[in-house]
Amino acid sequence: MSFRSLDEILNKSEETGKAFWQIVMEDDMNERAVSSRESFEKMRLLYESMRNANAAYNKDLLSASGLVGGDGEKVSHALKEGKLLSGPYVGETIAKALKMGENNACMKRIVAAPTAGSCGVLPAVLLTYEEQKQADMDRMVEAMFVASGIGVVISIRAFLAGAAGGCQAEIGSASAMAAGALAYLQGGSGEAIAHASALTLKNLLGLVCDPVAGLVEVPCVKRNVVGAVNAIASADMAIAGVRSQIPPDEVIDAVREVGEQMPRTLRETGEGGLAATPTGREIAERVLHK
Amino acid sequence: MNVFEVMGPVMVGPSSSHTLGAVKIGLTARQLLQEEVQSAEVLFHGSFLATGKGHGTDKAIIAGLLGIKPDDERISDSFRIAEERGMKFSFGGTELRHAHPNSVLLKLVGKGGRKLEVVGSSLGGGGIKIDKIDGLDANFCACYPTLIIHNVDQPGHVAEVTSMLGRYSVNIATLQLYRDKRGGRAVMVIECDQEVPEEMQDRLKKTEGILKVTYLSMEEKDEFPIIR
Repeated sequence: MSFRSLDEILNKSEETGKAFWQIVMEDDMNERAVSSRESFEKMRLLYESMRNANAAYNKDLLSASGLVGGDGEKVSHALKEGKLLSGPYVGETIAKALKMGENNACMKRIVAAPTAGSCGVLPAVLLTYEEQKQADMDRMVEAMFVASGIGVVISIRAFLAGAAGGCQAEIGSASAMAAGALAYLQGGSGEAIAHASALTLKNLLGLVCDPVAGLVEVPCVKRNVVGAVNAIASADMAIAGVRSQIPPDEVIDAVREVGEQMPRTLRETGEGGLAATPTGREIAERVLHK
Repeated sequence: MNVFEVMGPVMVGPSSSHTLGAVKIGLTARQLLQEEVQSAEVLFHGSFLATGKGHGTDKAIIAGLLGIKPDDERISDSFRIAEERGMKFSFGGTELRHAHPNSVLLKLVGKGGRKLEVVGSSLGGGGIKIDKIDGLDANFCACYPTLIIHNVDQPGHVAEVTSMLGRYSVNIATLQLYRDKRGGRAVMVIECDQEVPEEMQDRLKKTEGILKVTYLSMEEKDEFPIIR
């Protein structure tokens, strides 16, 4: 991609009068030498795959380790019973984030967005929006381009892999991408999109990658929830006119700096944090040597 | 990264490095063998050995060897499918020198008797590298049509192969050369911009001093139709 910063996308959008998502799509057209129709269609297929993956959730499946499964259904059930404080919109988002994370851990088909471990954030946020607001499919695909543009800039200025920069690089990035997409869907300007992602990243700055037994299960599945809910909160702030006091591109640079300082034990090695707790070690022993 | 490297691919979880990458290594090894796999000895190294089981790396490798694609949910059922198809497989651990933490050594025998040893590694995000073929360095990403030629280390073979590629209008993207010792066994790894015609591969196989020709095509083949 030819953009090294969110500012560049915003400037180009201002110069040409084209929307944020169009600038991102044109960059893909240029990179892969494809038409706008081909680029849009490819993104539409990914969105549909997210929808299908969500529909294919099976509450009875358990992951190979037995640690993950059935939680999304519990939240759906509690939501139906009216027991959730967060209400139907956020409650549905929570349930969907868990379900997709569980799909992934149970070897079902998912869309990496940006990674497999963080695959629940974007579909939770986008599918819930589409359902509850009866949004048009094309708008959802446009929002996917917005999300991708943000992800590309993060991949260039910082990282998207837990092994490289901790969980802030995975769930943090997914959350920033989702927040920008939501800000767009709610009619936010390019500036609002960039600040929604900045606010999201600031909230998850420093989050470590400490998977128990090295598996994409604990705490990964549930962190998809915080990524999704954080995206909604940040998009709402941005739409209300709240701005990050630190400019969005500088926030992304801070993610890189923090990630680089993160010890190896907290970067997807399964040797620190939750993985190193007595229970975490016990689980690892049980799972890996069974 | 590009737009569709950040968003996507559609894949079977749980891990892009330990599942998706492993399926791709299996698929690539199968293509390099150029026939159905009769038996496979799978030897894991490093993190593949330590946490592979929980990530389904074992199932993913076997799925790839069967020709099952990375977004096919039958990956989790690959052991049973292998059994159904009469493909034998075993797992073990190994210590590979100077290898990436996510590496695997595959010792394959094909249904027609072809043999192949491949070391592959998963670099993260679904990217892979084929590090060795039959014990000699190979070092390619499996993202171009790739021609691997093992020959006797003697003058003239590189010129012979590259000029033949020129005659078939195949442009060379990268070219690497390795050998085990002077006058011993040498290998050329040639990544190309176009597919190498089968006719040319056959001609190479008949050339004096050329010991083995292995080819990785990028043409999509649906080798694994749904069995009901």
